[in-house]
Amino acid sequence: MTVPLIQIIILAGIIFSLGLICTLVWRSNVIMLLVGIEIMLNGAMLVFVGGSYRWGAPDGQIFALMIIAMTSAEVSLALAMVVYLQRRHKTVNVDDFHELKDQ
Amino acid sequence: MTMNILFYILAAVMIVATLLAITEKHPVHAIVYLVTSFFAMAGIFYLLCAPLVAMFEVIIYAGAVMVLFMFVIMMLDLGHPEEAQRPAFITWLVPLILTSLVLSSVVSAAVFRTFPGGSNVEITARAFATVLFGRYGVAIEIISMQLLFAVVGALYLGRKGGGK
Repeated sequence: MTVPLIQIIILAGIIFSLGLICTLVWRSNVIMLLVGIEIMLNGAMLVFVGGSYRWGAPDGQIFALMIIAMTSAEVSLALAMVVYLQRRHKTVNVDDFHELKDQ
Repeated sequence: MTMNILFYILAAVMIVATLLAITEKHPVHAIVYLVTSFFAMAGIFYLLCAPLVAMFEVIIYAGAVMVLFMFVIMMLDLGHPEEAQRPAFITWLVPLILTSLVLSSVVSAAVFRTFPGGSNVEITARAFATVLFGRYGVAIEIISMQLLFAVVGALYLGRKGGGK
């Protein structure tokens, strides 16, 4: 027995939606916002691996690997920016980060 | 049949853990629930004949990225449950409506569409590596450059006396 592709896509859709809710709701905490982005990228990875399983081609798995590498780079930069902004503004509320200009 | 049952169990674990993670007001607890969710995801990847991706998921996502989040929460001293506050109910309403629209359209698009016949051939680590370093060799170089840029950017942002 194999897992049907449609169930994988529906599961990925649910996971993506949960991540989207997390990103839209948590404006009071930038850490939770980044967590939402992680959840959304995980849903996208699930679709790639599911397609690779269905058609027996390794390309989808390779793209999942690229997403993992991209995420690790993105998270390291985003968290460095969070540390920088926390040092300067003493808050993690996204609504307070409305300026890019150096003071 | 065992595979389907395992898939349903792991999917249920994953959805519940993610739900708890996004509704938890304490960031450290949310990260721990998220690690649970990523372990369930790694199990699903293993079921879908992708053992290498499952391993990378555990090592990089659940291991490195989540520990990085935990370090930042500890370093910035954000883990105070009494100060943390969950967004008000009205904040949840509009995102719920928007995402339910997105989810229902994705599900209906997947249901009313027939996918061309597949083969379900098992992909071995050897086939994976051959394609990765053969056809997609340039992508590996791009990823290595991207990680280098990320390191340089993080060092620049995290330097002492930032901004001056």
